Amino acid sequence: MAGFLLRRIGGIAVTLLVASFLVFGSVHLAPGDPASFLLGGRSASPAAVAAIKEQYHLNDPFLVQYTKWVGGVVTGDFGKSATFRQDVGGLIAARLPTTLLLIGYAGLLILVGGLASGALAALRRGVVDRAVLIGTGIATATPSFVAAIGLISLFAVQLAWFPAFGDGGGFGDRVYHLTLPAAALALTFVGLVARVTRTSMLEELGREHVEVARSRGVPGSEVVRRHVLRNALGPITTVTGTVVAGLLVATSIVETAFGLSGVGQLLVSSVTVKDFPVVQAVSLLVVLAFVTANLVVDLVQPLIDPRLSHAKGGRA
Amino acid sequence: MTGRLLEIEKLTVRLAAGKAARPILGGVSLHVERGEAVGLVGESGSGKSVTCRSVLGLLPEGASASGSLRVNGEDILTMSSTRLRELRRRDVSMIFQDPRASINPMRRIGDFVTEGMRAGGVPQKDALKRAEELLESVGIREPGPALHRYPHEFSGGMLQRVMIAGALAGGPRLLLADEPTTALDVTTQAEVVSILTRLRAERDMGMLFVTHDLELAAAICDRIYVMYAGRIVEAQSAEGLFGRPRHPYTSGLLAATPRLESDEPPHGVPGRPVSLAEAPDGCAFAARCAHVRPGCTEREPVHREIDGAQVACLRAEELIHD
Repeated sequence: MAGFLLRRIGGIAVTLLVASFLVFGSVHLAPGDPASFLLGGRSASPAAVAAIKEQYHLNDPFLVQYTKWVGGVVTGDFGKSATFRQDVGGLIAARLPTTLLLIGYAGLLILVGGLASGALAALRRGVVDRAVLIGTGIATATPSFVAAIGLISLFAVQLAWFPAFGDGGGFGDRVYHLTLPAAALALTFVGLVARVTRTSMLEELGREHVEVARSRGVPGSEVVRRHVLRNALGPITTVTGTVVAGLLVATSIVETAFGLSGVGQLLVSSVTVKDFPVVQAVSLLVVLAFVTANLVVDLVQPLIDPRLSHAKGGRA
Repeated sequence: MTGRLLEIEKLTVRLAAGKAARPILGGVSLHVERGEAVGLVGESGSGKSVTCRSVLGLLPEGASASGSLRVNGEDILTMSSTRLRELRRRDVSMIFQDPRASINPMRRIGDFVTEGMRAGGVPQKDALKRAEELLESVGIREPGPALHRYPHEFSGGMLQRVMIAGALAGGPRLLLADEPTTALDVTTQAEVVSILTRLRAERDMGMLFVTHDLELAAAICDRIYVMYAGRIVEAQSAEGLFGRPRHPYTSGLLAATPRLESDEPPHGVPGRPVSLAEAPDGCAFAARCAHVRPGCTEREPVHREIDGAQVACLRAEELIHD
């Protein structure tokens, strides 16, 4: 188990290193001169341009620039934002709580909504099943920004149940403010989790051991909980892990639509003004989110299915 | 507690598959007395498994059944679902063919063995204690630690023992065994069969033993029913069946069994088995029968009693297969 964890963490380090090179390289490849972006298109004296180039190491060869940046990242120094004139680390840290709360909230909605509707569809074949399939089909096809507009117009403008803007202060108020954004974020992905839940449960429902449990006088609800849902959790966990990691990217749209100052919104505004230190740091954060989610999923899988146990004596 | 342990009368089961309802069992009648071991033999698709499962009320989805199916005088087909669950927990248990598929791979052995008891309200601790005794009685070494292990840590033969322990947990009077040794290798088969026969005798349980292996059925059972295309074609004592098979299908099956002491190769039954749905009018076996005559294809032969054997063949008296 410890060996497995060490190997995985080593793998994550390699992944992050490769990703950092790609992120840095692609920002570098973007057309235009970084120095002029940094000056925001203003005409500046040659001395000012030289100072900027010196500060951001723009005169060094590409590999030297990259090495310096990575060296900083390893020590927690992501460089300075050109627009905010602040440390990138601090900028992200200030916005992370809102984004994490939003992702957690949306993740919960996705998991609960997806499991419930998927299980319902699997257990009530016929009209309910078809209704869930159509409903989740529509939900999956609805982009977050459309969902955001729809939710704002219905729940914020017409019914005035939820605020349409801002993050709120204090935990309760924040959750209240984040309800509509989380719903907009979750809507697309609920359908995905619901479908995977439905398919996985239908597969398990057909297993012989489910009939055996019934033949032994175990009540139907117990059979579903202990033998169908439990055994169906593997694929559901995998999909949910990937979806939740991907939410970090999806927050950029929703945070912009709802005027939340989170990491996603920071990414969007930084991309528009070509604030490349911020873009690089957030991109790396997205990669980190994916590999972490994968690691968590891999650690949870053996708890669901003992046959996948990494412990000694466990057989694959 | 009146009547026979198991009495099936004219059980007909039809699949409700959108199109024409397809029959899979046509008027099956059989019975098992208390403490009696009864074999149910036939080729794949003859309906023996469906018959066996229907005793627990496990009919294929959407299927309709007519006739009667009584355990201790109570009709399974008209029973409330609460009573049916109670019967499944306490009175009738089933041992399935493939233990690897029949035991949830994600749950511990102890969980499997105690599941029925706990559903019946037995406290966890008592159930585990009883499970340990049961595992010991089926010959699992270190039954205590075994309770905490997972199915993938056991071999197929050991898992089938676990399955038997689980089936005995509720103290059933009737054991249904649906090809319990087919998925096992030969040496393991013998062990499982001897455990099964020993425990059945010790606990004085009745058993319906489903198999396609006539020899095995004869070794274990007091009486044997032979099924063909969803109907019972012959029923008699195990010795009688081997000594004087009455139905041409039974003698065909016996001739198809390879024998060590004989140099002659076994003779297969020509043709392929049919299901009840595709069976023609009259005797379903007529197309494959060496003794067929015009009357055979006209109407279904009725069961007749000849020297203690029940046979559904028009020519049963004329043909002596010994």
